[in-house]
Parts: sequence; C-alpha cells; structure tokens
Amino acid sequence: METIEQIASRILSAIPEAKVTVIGNAAVPGQASILLGHGCAVNVARFLRDDAALRLDYCSNVTGLDWLDRVVKTTTKTMQLVDGVEKEAAVTTEESLPGYLEAVYILYSMSLKHGPVILRLRTADRLAETRVPSLTPVWKSAEFQEREAYDLFGIHFDGHPDLRRILMWDEFTDYPMRKDYRQPDDYEYEPTPHDEIVAKAARHAATAAQPFPEA
Amino acid sequence: MGLVQRGAELAMSTGLIDEELRKDLSEQGVIATTLQEIYNWGRRNSLWPLQFGLACCAIEMIAAAAARYDLARFGGEVFRPSPRQADLMIVAGTVTKKMAPQVVRLYNQMPDPKYVIAMGACAISGGPFKEGYNVLKGIDRYIPVDIYIPGCPPRPEAFLHGFMELQRKIDHQKLTGPGKAAFLNAESPSEFPVPAFGAHDLEPSSNLAVFHPPKIERA
Repeated sequence: METIEQIASRILSAIPEAKVTVIGNAAVPGQASILLGHGCAVNVARFLRDDAALRLDYCSNVTGLDWLDRVVKTTTKTMQLVDGVEKEAAVTTEESLPGYLEAVYILYSMSLKHGPVILRLRTADRLAETRVPSLTPVWKSAEFQEREAYDLFGIHFDGHPDLRRILMWDEFTDYPMRKDYRQPDDYEYEPTPHDEIVAKAARHAATAAQPFPEA
Repeated sequence: MGLVQRGAELAMSTGLIDEELRKDLSEQGVIATTLQEIYNWGRRNSLWPLQFGLACCAIEMIAAAAARYDLARFGGEVFRPSPRQADLMIVAGTVTKKMAPQVVRLYNQMPDPKYVIAMGACAISGGPFKEGYNVLKGIDRYIPVDIYIPGCPPRPEAFLHGFMELQRKIDHQKLTGPGKAAFLNAESPSEFPVPAFGAHDLEPSSNLAVFHPPKIERA
C-alpha cells in the first residue's frame, strides 16, 4: 500500500479543493492519519473507497475523541553568552490550543487486503459547534458507530440518516465519554472511606434529595 | 395402646406433634405432617425460574440448567418465558440503567409468591462496572432480593448452592401467625415502582422502601 503522504498527495491531485493534512504519530507504531476538512470529506471518502489502487471498501471502526483545551509547553535550548562564558539556557514557550471533538475512521480494503488508513474529522469546538459531515453515505457500516459517537461524545454528524442515541436512553442529556462528564450523585456507603470518598459522602448528605441513612 | 393411636391422640390434643414421635411414626410407615410443610415442600421442589439472562452470568445459569449440573435434580428446570408463569427471577448479569426498568416491570408482572436471586457481582452491586455511567449498582436498589450469589461469574456449583439456600428459606416460611411469609400479608407490596429515565440518571436512583444500605459503625 502507498504511504500516507502518497495517499494525501493523490487525494489532492484528484480533488484539488480538498483540505488534507497528514498528522504524524510520535509513538512507537508511528500510525499516521489524514485530517480532512469538512467541505470535501464525503468526496474524499468516496475517492478512497473507489480508487483502483486503494479500494478502502471496509470501514471497520468509527470512534470519538475528546480533546480538552490545553496548553502545550515547548522548551528549546539555546547557547547564550553570559559574562563571557557560553552557557546553555532553556527558553519555554506556551501555546494554548482550544479543545475540539474528533471522529476517527479506520479503513481497510477487503478486495486488496491492505490497510489500515485512518481518517480524522474535527469539530470547531467542544460545546457549540460540534458538527462534522457523516461518512455513512459512503460506508454503511459507519451508521451505528456514528450513532455511538453521537451518543457518548456528542458529535453531530451532518447527513446521517438516523442520528439517535444508541446505547443510552433517549431522555438522557449528557455525553458520558467526554472528559468533563461528572456522574450524578448516587453515593452509597463505603466500607473503607478515604479522602475523596469522605468528601463525596459529605457533599451527598448536604445536597441529595434522598440521603441514605448513613451510620 | 398402639404407637399410632397414641400419636394421633397426642397430635389431636395439643395441635402439635412431638418430633421424636413423628420420627418413630415415619419409621413405621405413617407420615404425620402439616399443611404448611406439604405446601412448602411442593413449592420449593417446583420453582419455575423466569427465562432471561443479562450477561455472562447467564451462561453459567444455562450450564447449571443443562445436563452436566442438572438443575432438574432440585426441581428448577422449568424455565418459563413468561413472567406470569414464573416463581423465581434469576437476575443473572449486569443490570444496565437502561435495562433496570424492564427488570422491575418483569418482577411486578410475576405472581406471588415470588423470589429473586441476584447472581454475580454485577447484579449484587454493579461489580467491576460499579462506577460506570450506565450500570445499576445492584438490583436490590429497586426490588427485594432473597439470595445473593457472589462470583464473577459464579460457577454452577455456587448457583446450585444459592438455589438450595432459597429452597431452605422457602421451607421455613410460615403460613400463619405473626411471622408468616410476606406474600401472605395483604399489606406488604408485591409490586414496586418502576424507575423512570431521567435526564442524568434513573429517577429515583434507588427505592428506599426496598434498599437499605448497611450501616457501618465507625470508630
């Protein structure tokens, strides 16, 4: 199979208006992925599925990711002249990145027996603008998994034929796999209470509608 | 005076029968019993469980019912697919918050007398999923549980032991008097409120008329 950079450049030559970014991976597997812009995502997906050299006809997995607002610190070491002696000094720069949600698609080719190729789609932010285009029109197998990503992460897939909750009940309003999700207060007794549990028990006793008759 | 005649006279005069005498009588082929005993004997040896499973514990429950462990030896092999015909609810597996209202509703649809076995760590307390966002922390938050069988999952032998403990419990249930069984008491409820799906959790998150978290003495 072609490298991810080759795939990205072929996407650009086939669909010039596409927004394609290759995202590297510093970890040991080095599994790079392709970040797609929203406007062209369905066209790019269709190209990846139908291209004779790729034929990524099988979407094995769709999942979600929640990236909180974060500050990335980068430290660079420079040589500086202090009192006539050259010394090493570290300069730290901080960059704050806004959070976003991400949908990740893992693609394989059944007919050519290669893969995976990983696609990413990012929402603009975590709370208000949580939309990405749905790839269910291209890979039918993404339907339920996009519903799961909607259910647990709150990613709204535009163009999905039936976007409902799939695991939680319809009346549920939270997104439990988000990193800032907090469980409802249903504290019960603990045989060996310790720091956090004691604080939780005190909070429960102060605020709960029906506190347990705690000993 | 013969032994049998003496026994009959004693039983008639006191309303009770001496345990030694009864043993003597049964050795001579005369069975002296009470309605309560006959009734409980019949019920405990034909417990019909409701046929449903929620997770991996159900596999062990099926194994216990199949030929190798053979639940039929204890009269529990008639799994009924309808709650209207079942005496025993075996909550075998993880009860998710989405499933809990249906489990309570099935319990409510069973006719009295009815019993509940909570099988496995999940049905007892939520088990390894206790702090999960969609797992109920034990079915005893909504319905009364008679027998708890710990294990993850419990082996069929453990299940059979729990089943026999339930039979022992049924054997000791009284039909009359102040300590009579709850199902004979018109005031004790046989149906419990079905929790509703709320915006964040089941509402209510437990039924305090049923659920009594253990009190812990702290020094």
